Amino acid sequence: MLNILKIFSSAPWSAKFGMVVILFYAVISIFAPFIAPYGETELLGRAYEVWSDKFLLGTDNLGRDMLSRLIYGARNTIGLALTITLIAFVLGSLTGMIAAALGGWVDQVLSRIVDVLMSIPSLIFALLILSIFGTAMPYLIATIAILDATRVFRLARATAMNVAVMDYVEVARLRGEKQGWVIRKEILPNITAPLLAEFGLRFCFVFLFISALSFLGLGIQPPTADWGSMVRDNATLIAFDDITPLLPAGAIALLTVAMNFVVDWMLHKSSGLKDVG
Amino acid sequence: MLVDTNKNSNKEVSSTLLEVKGLRIEGLSEKGWQEIVCGVDLTLKRGEILGLIGESGAGKSTIGLAAMGYARDGCRITAGEIIFDGIELHSAPENEKRKLRGTRISYVAQSAAAAFNPAHRLLEQFAEGPVDHGVMSRKEAKEKGRALYRSLDLPDPDNIGERWSHQVSGGQLQRMMVAMAMSCGPDLIVFDEPTTALDVTTQIEVLKTIKEIVVDRNVAAIYITHDLAVVAQLADQLMVLRYGNLVEVNSTGQILEAPKQEYTRDLLDARTRHEKTTAQISNPEILLSIDNITAGYGKGPDILQEVSISVERGRTVAVVGESGSGKSTLARVITGLLPPRSGDIRFQTDILPAALAQRTKQQLQKTQMIYQLPDVALNPRQRVRDVIGRPLSFYLGLRGKEKERRIIELLEQIELSEKYIDRLPDELSGGEKQRVCIARALAAEPELIVCDEVTSALDTIVAKAILDLLQKLQHELQLTYLFISHDLDTVASIADQVVVLYAGRVAEQGSKSAVFQPPFHPYTRLLLSSVPEMKQGWLEQTLTTREAKAGIAREVKITKRGCPFAERCPEAISEICSNERPPLQTPASGHFFACQHTPEILLK
Repeated sequence: MLNILKIFSSAPWSAKFGMVVILFYAVISIFAPFIAPYGETELLGRAYEVWSDKFLLGTDNLGRDMLSRLIYGARNTIGLALTITLIAFVLGSLTGMIAAALGGWVDQVLSRIVDVLMSIPSLIFALLILSIFGTAMPYLIATIAILDATRVFRLARATAMNVAVMDYVEVARLRGEKQGWVIRKEILPNITAPLLAEFGLRFCFVFLFISALSFLGLGIQPPTADWGSMVRDNATLIAFDDITPLLPAGAIALLTVAMNFVVDWMLHKSSGLKDVG
Repeated sequence: MLVDTNKNSNKEVSSTLLEVKGLRIEGLSEKGWQEIVCGVDLTLKRGEILGLIGESGAGKSTIGLAAMGYARDGCRITAGEIIFDGIELHSAPENEKRKLRGTRISYVAQSAAAAFNPAHRLLEQFAEGPVDHGVMSRKEAKEKGRALYRSLDLPDPDNIGERWSHQVSGGQLQRMMVAMAMSCGPDLIVFDEPTTALDVTTQIEVLKTIKEIVVDRNVAAIYITHDLAVVAQLADQLMVLRYGNLVEVNSTGQILEAPKQEYTRDLLDARTRHEKTTAQISNPEILLSIDNITAGYGKGPDILQEVSISVERGRTVAVVGESGSGKSTLARVITGLLPPRSGDIRFQTDILPAALAQRTKQQLQKTQMIYQLPDVALNPRQRVRDVIGRPLSFYLGLRGKEKERRIIELLEQIELSEKYIDRLPDELSGGEKQRVCIARALAAEPELIVCDEVTSALDTIVAKAILDLLQKLQHELQLTYLFISHDLDTVASIADQVVVLYAGRVAEQGSKSAVFQPPFHPYTRLLLSSVPEMKQGWLEQTLTTREAKAGIAREVKITKRGCPFAERCPEAISEICSNERPPLQTPASGHFFACQHTPEILLK
């Protein structure tokens, strides 16, 4: 615990800001039912009510409390993005490291599959898959996870390649270690830093991607609250000088910025560059 | 007293060119800013060469760069004056200093391969400085480049500049960098270990170039190195440094003949050859034998051709040769990383499977390897405990307390204390890292250890300590070493048997004394005569030998026909040597070399 505090205090202000924001989002999503004044899908009043004491941020197109939906939206959107990023990472970094460690035809096959997947624009690919299989949650998760895993694969393979040619990996091979051990003990610890940094960035992209899909009606389905579809549903309000539909968009933007601040700091730390002051 | 042949008669040793007073430099570490150069003074007259000597961490390079008014990122000059020809560089504005660098002061780095941009042609890079500084037009600069290449005897001087950096040999590249430093006709050149990464024969080639440029053109130089014998060939003055402090400064002759400080004596001593005497072994047993190995990479040529070597238990067999001779390929074949195209490897009486994947755990355990660069041979994320502990649990199944006890025992064996057990490689010095690598090899309880250039990346004093440790361990544990090296001094101090490899073939093989005293094969002679000796004037002497005239500044070429050494050989018989395989000559039992000439003819 003390250690964490120490690292926190040594971070630059931008990273501190980022970490505070992320922590804030995390608390909101975890404790959503306790924080939100109303339920996620409760119809409470007329549509498009203005900000008032009863509805702090007004109501949406169906008369649901905007603030409560923002809070639940955090939980749904962030939870989903986190799940997808985690799956993409496990899949991408594992295959990437295997490709780098084994080389030869394994590497060729994996890399070409990834090339094919990457050659299709991701939004088109997602629209295609989701319109064929429907928009059920497992399909949504699998589609975005596979698309993102290709990017993670490329990074993991490239960084693992650099490590795989080191003498200490050769030492392990000469000792007779199995591939699994070489990947887990020799390669993985040396590529964790760039992978972690990538995790932060990937998370942002996944997040934006889900929001984009939701905005197009293919993401998280109603009545579940999520920030992308909230922007779409209430977009007409902007014409009436009401900024309420921009709030979910702002929430997305703030998290993205916060995440990038933290990632920048982590990249800087792992690069070993000295601050010259 | 030796005659100082370095002094050029027409050299005007008059006005002071560079004066550094009370130079203090700090470097940023985890503990904050720490002083790495603690008040050093130096003066350099026009046309004079100053050698900076010391181990790594002595502050040599930092001082060298400071002479140009420059401090690397993470370093800062905190005090002192650097006066170059009347200009105070420490306080001079950056653009003022930039005007001097490249025109009046230039810098030659250790690794030419890393210093040249691989995306531009060599002559373009030569012209960059003079054109940028507005000294010459591009055309004039290129003309000057070609003229310099010609005067330095580079092959095909008119066209070599049109090549890319990967298309010329390491020695040539280094010489071209020296030429580049001369592009604007500077008054001072800073050489930062320009020959450290090179073979002995290539080293001579580069030293010759440096000497021609610096001495004959009356340029002042600061020459940074950890090798006293090398700098003794060039420098007028030597400055011995340690931990950023001045230890001793004097004329080269004085330092070599009558060093005043203990540390200087240590440096001299570490560079002096200590011959190992081979003890008799009562009933010799062949531990490893390599029969008729031919090997190569992919679809490429045979890097090793019909190589046969046998290694007796408890002995050290050294494999020597220049880069490109196939030494490291041999190590890869023995360890199973590169299955040979033909031939057998026998360990005791069993034939080892060619490929690593087919060898059993017991077979792998018996052969361990130590690498040239301890930095990349240790996983930066593993603590010493894990590095040494893994072979213990992997091969011997040790766990818990037992394993811990053994790790500590091994640490003691490599002369490191128990407190090193939880350190990361970053927290170890170069020598300590290499010791940990040795301990890792020992942990497997091997019979054979393949040592691939294990001391070439280390400072002289540290290297000597590592060699001593290896000898001690051999004595205690009856270990057998296959010792790969290009450094004949090292080989002389550790080997019992010597195998001289050239272009993938065994040129000469036998006991150390038989091979070296006297050397028969012309290649062995060339290698021996190329090892710098700790006396002034050695370079000139060597360059006049027949071996050097024929063999220096030539590349190793692999051929299937004739003797690969023919075109570098002063004894070559035209037509015959380049077409016919040389027969084996056996001057004594157990000693043979491949040459058309008989031992009697070669000794004449």
